[in-house]
Amino acid sequence: MNLDIPELSLIALVGISGSGKSTFARRYFKPTEVLSSDAFRAMVADDENDQSASKDAFEALHHVAGIRLRAGRRVVVDATNVQQHARAELVKLAREHDVLPVAIVLDTPEPIAWERTQARQDRTFGRQVLRSQQQNLRRSLRNLGREGFRKVHVVTDPGDVTITYERAWNDKREITGPFDIIGDVHGCRSELETLLTKLGWAIERDEAGRPVNATHPEGRLAVFVGDLVDRGPDSPGVLRLVMGMTAAGTALCVPGNHEQKLLRKLRGRKVSVTHGLAETLSQLEAETPEFIESAATWIDGLVSHLRLDGGRLVVAHAGLKEEFHGRASGRVRAFCLYGETTGETDEYGLPVRYPWANDYRGSAMVVYGHVPTPKPEWVNNTICLDTGCVFGGHLTALRYPEKDLVSVPAERMHYEPVKPLVPATPARDDATLNLADVTGRRHIRTDYGALTVDAENAAAALEVMSRFAVDPRYLLWLPPTMSPPSTSTLEGYLEYPTEAFADYRAVGVERVVCEEKHMGSRAVVLVCRDAASAAGRFGVDDGSSGTVYTRTGRPFFTDAELTEALLARVRAAADPLFDELATDWLLLDCELLPWSAKAGALIKGQYAAVGAAARAALPTALSALDAGIGRGLDLSELRARTAARAANAGAFTEAYRRYCWPIDGLDGIQLAPFMILASEGASHTARDHGWHLALCDRLVAADPDLLRRTDRRIVDLGDETAIKEATEWWLELTGAGGEGMVIKPYNGLQHRAKGKPVQPGIKCRGREYLRIIYGPDYTEPRHLERLRDRGLQRKRGLALREHGLGLAALDAVAAGEPLWRVHELVFAVLALESEPTDPRL
Amino acid sequence: MLLTISTTHSPATDLGFLLVKHPDRPQSVETTGGTAYVWYPEATPARCTVALLLDVDPVELARPSKGQRSPDNFSLGRYVNDRPYAASSLLTVALGKVFRSALKGASRDRPELVDVALPLEIEVSALPCRGGVKVVEQLFAPLGWAVTATPVPLDPAFPDWGDSRYVQLRLTGRRKLAEALNHLYVLLPVLDDAKHYWVSEDEVDKLLRAGEGWLAGHPVKELITRRYLANRRSLALSALERLQAASDELETTDEPEEVDESERKKPLVKLPTEAVLAALAESGAARVLDLGCGPGTLLLELMADRRYIEIVGADVSSASLRIAERRLKLDRLPERQRGRIKLVQSALTYHDDRLKGYDAAVLMEVIEHLDEVRLPALERAVFGHANPATVIVTTPNVEYNVRYEGLAHEHLRHDDHRFEWTRAQFAAWAARVAEAYGYDAHIRPVGDVDPEVGSPTQLAFFRKAA
Repeated sequence: MNLDIPELSLIALVGISGSGKSTFARRYFKPTEVLSSDAFRAMVADDENDQSASKDAFEALHHVAGIRLRAGRRVVVDATNVQQHARAELVKLAREHDVLPVAIVLDTPEPIAWERTQARQDRTFGRQVLRSQQQNLRRSLRNLGREGFRKVHVVTDPGDVTITYERAWNDKREITGPFDIIGDVHGCRSELETLLTKLGWAIERDEAGRPVNATHPEGRLAVFVGDLVDRGPDSPGVLRLVMGMTAAGTALCVPGNHEQKLLRKLRGRKVSVTHGLAETLSQLEAETPEFIESAATWIDGLVSHLRLDGGRLVVAHAGLKEEFHGRASGRVRAFCLYGETTGETDEYGLPVRYPWANDYRGSAMVVYGHVPTPKPEWVNNTICLDTGCVFGGHLTALRYPEKDLVSVPAERMHYEPVKPLVPATPARDDATLNLADVTGRRHIRTDYGALTVDAENAAAALEVMSRFAVDPRYLLWLPPTMSPPSTSTLEGYLEYPTEAFADYRAVGVERVVCEEKHMGSRAVVLVCRDAASAAGRFGVDDGSSGTVYTRTGRPFFTDAELTEALLARVRAAADPLFDELATDWLLLDCELLPWSAKAGALIKGQYAAVGAAARAALPTALSALDAGIGRGLDLSELRARTAARAANAGAFTEAYRRYCWPIDGLDGIQLAPFMILASEGASHTARDHGWHLALCDRLVAADPDLLRRTDRRIVDLGDETAIKEATEWWLELTGAGGEGMVIKPYNGLQHRAKGKPVQPGIKCRGREYLRIIYGPDYTEPRHLERLRDRGLQRKRGLALREHGLGLAALDAVAAGEPLWRVHELVFAVLALESEPTDPRL
Repeated sequence: MLLTISTTHSPATDLGFLLVKHPDRPQSVETTGGTAYVWYPEATPARCTVALLLDVDPVELARPSKGQRSPDNFSLGRYVNDRPYAASSLLTVALGKVFRSALKGASRDRPELVDVALPLEIEVSALPCRGGVKVVEQLFAPLGWAVTATPVPLDPAFPDWGDSRYVQLRLTGRRKLAEALNHLYVLLPVLDDAKHYWVSEDEVDKLLRAGEGWLAGHPVKELITRRYLANRRSLALSALERLQAASDELETTDEPEEVDESERKKPLVKLPTEAVLAALAESGAARVLDLGCGPGTLLLELMADRRYIEIVGADVSSASLRIAERRLKLDRLPERQRGRIKLVQSALTYHDDRLKGYDAAVLMEVIEHLDEVRLPALERAVFGHANPATVIVTTPNVEYNVRYEGLAHEHLRHDDHRFEWTRAQFAAWAARVAEAYGYDAHIRPVGDVDPEVGSPTQLAFFRKAA
């Protein structure tokens, strides 16, 4: 016999002991789907027959079943389930998770069951127990449907069974579109025709000239979010067209609350004729009874929500929270039709709606209508298309997957609204950021890999993020940490270009760009056309036109005016780019000089202090040594070493001095841009560094006083001459006091070699500069030898993970993904930065 | 790293006998952090000078010590610091090791000289000294030394950077050699105020031994004790108690040490606490949030009051929460008491569902620690999302700052204050927030009201509008 079972369901096996439930379960279900009461008794009490453990065992079983159902996994409960109260628990569990409960009864004759029971050593109960179970079962059989089981199958021959899984009605994942999703029409037939025409649809009419179908030359599919009827001038006309389209297979439709109420009225139920139902009813009087009947049947057949395009798109009239996607129950249907309400009513007597979209964290796009707003706004990957056409607003469609909004204005106000239309929660409002988006141990999966952020690191990042960082709406990206090259063995050097080139060659990179490393502080610049575009795009309305932040997301300047002054200069220099890249904003990766601008306190408190101590101590020590040598004492070795240390300390002081100069406002400040990370709708990380540097050069040319060019050499790693020249260039740079260079795969940040991601950059620092990092005397052979023992694996792994998160964040920004998703990724970069690593690398 | 001691005692070369170091033979000794060298730049009957140089191995010093395999303090300061040059506690350790018997006042060859006050001249180069030249004077002058301390400029290339924390120190006077050595042994690390190793109980004994005969009567003995014991308060107390037991004159002197700038700026915590407790009692709240609870000052008060049946302390700093947990003795509370309080890490610029549904929220001296442009996020999270019936906010009144002596003009009361508001600014903010989120707001002064500039702190009492 064939058993049809909804794909996602809780299946209760019902049968007396020895009826063969476990054998049946083993034969027809995956072992992980089956939760057996015997197994749970054994788990909690070491004995599967210990009836005194039943209470605890079922508690555990129900708990596990709940976890599986929440995750959308099938559950088969292998227990006798002959008593009504046991089954009631299961029905309740299924309802709590909005899945359908199914009963499969194994109707095995009692004598056979008794025979099997006797054959088992561990079953010690008498036949009376079996008989009593059998009586219970008999009494239950005809009640199972009434108890709430959606399907009841009685199996008499367990050997001859096939199972067919029925897909849920809402499961239309195989339909991939493209779609034109259309908002609440409310009887505005004429506007609907205009909109369809604007979208490129051809409308077919009957002999009376009434539209009865529409087709799109590119085979697009229309999806109506419901509320086709009521209030407007021609609800029957809208029904006729949409019914025709669904019949012809050119449209799908979910029901709205207005269809639902109309159906109840047509079915003779008592409903209050309000909110525009009266108009529909009077318009229907002109229609034939056949039309009215077919409309009622059609509405009755609508499914409350649809999952489309592989589950990436969900359409429901009033929206749908993630845990309800693909589920079936009364409350799922109610949510689809009416949304979630708080139970309160507002000053107009209308129910107050709970803003479920603010909490939405699902990956599926949810498109809906129901609540009229002046302008559709994205909120966490959800959008409401009801733009109040019937109230004199617009009729709006969303083209999917393009995400284009197309709308036509209402021809007039067809119906007086009870209350004025108010905008939905602004999309990029950081009010939608929840602590749960960033804290705790997190597993993050992106197109660039999966990683885990430990709870302690997230906790550390939370403090920095909430107390020191710029507004999260501005924080689109954070630079990853960067590893030095494998350690050099060349005499006197810890880092040398040879190893950097070799590192890249070893992983299969063929071409690199060597960029001069400016000794300043990392600065990420987000510059918008003006304060209005900053407020419009990012929702930050404090009058700023962008921001400049450090590698840990802190504002670069404490003075907002200085930030604006810098942004104004960058904006002027970048002026042509706004049009060329069709954007209102640019995200630039830069170095800001001098180092002392940001690190003044560190330089004075640490580096200058070390220099001062050395200057105070070493010359006196040398003269005391000289006096001793003058007396004929053998101190020459100590003197030589002390003299070397004095020279090293001098070189150390020189090293930091090069990066310090006075600034006053913008005077003295230099900004060296080296990448255009992103602009509206685009992450530029896939572009090669030639593109980035060419654009940056244009910025520099436009304002050479403020902006500083990044010198570079492009090197084919097969070309020994080019490598030699780049090495000499590095020696020249660092010999003149430069910090060094950064070597990057020429093809850009997304470059992969041999199918694997590679380090986005390797920093090769100068010999003198490294005194600041490793101490004045690090070049002494006895020190250098020990310092060469440094592990880079951890740093490299961290750099790659942070880099992947950064790329994903920029992709998310480009795709217009919700703020919480961008923030989750950027936050994770900061959290990873709090992992302990050797700070000298 | 360099210390020289000279004498003009006749014959001056007796210094070699007292120190047990031959004037013609340089010596070296391995010591903590490197090698100590001793030699005599000058050795004539008229004048003799001994030099002690500590050659620090910076790479070895930077290695994490045993039992400290992954140091939490992984900062660059571990690797680039002044230890190889400065006259730090490392030099003191070397001093103790190299001149051990002289330090104890013992001499086999010149026992008669041990108790003789010699004309001495001591020079210490690159002496780090917290508190400036004045503190050097305070420490050494009472012991009979003529003190010359010359500050070292931070960087001659940048004259406006000013002086570094190092001085070149020169002491002259007539003292027994052992006394002079003990003064240095104790006072050099006191000046440095950054000990390189963990202070343990036996440090107290070391201090008392070296300070015998002079520390108990020193006018700034508290400062010396506290700094020597690296600000570990309980150890400092036990040392002071034992010192006082050794001295008949039990006098407690006020510390003449200048008060730390940041300590003075701290707002009075007691005033807002009392005002907050009064407002909270008035609100009738039983389930309360202390948002930005810090180390738990208010939580302690709330726990002591039975009317509060559910208390949540929230702070973004896990370090503060750990301190609060210790101060509240959470691990030792009986179950019923323990059930009244919960500590959670939270950030007030994010919505936190755990903070919903309480009667009242307190933000005591919290908002001024957030950048003003981020306040709207806090308003949404607290008033909009957590949405308790009562919200109590306190913040400093910047107008009152002119009444704080020593608080420089335009300076805020705490380094981390991002803003401080006038009474008008606070009132305007409270009114706007109340309007936006459906509350009534009343402003109250906290502390004595000055007729001109108002009270030191101000409190806004928000009640959800009926």
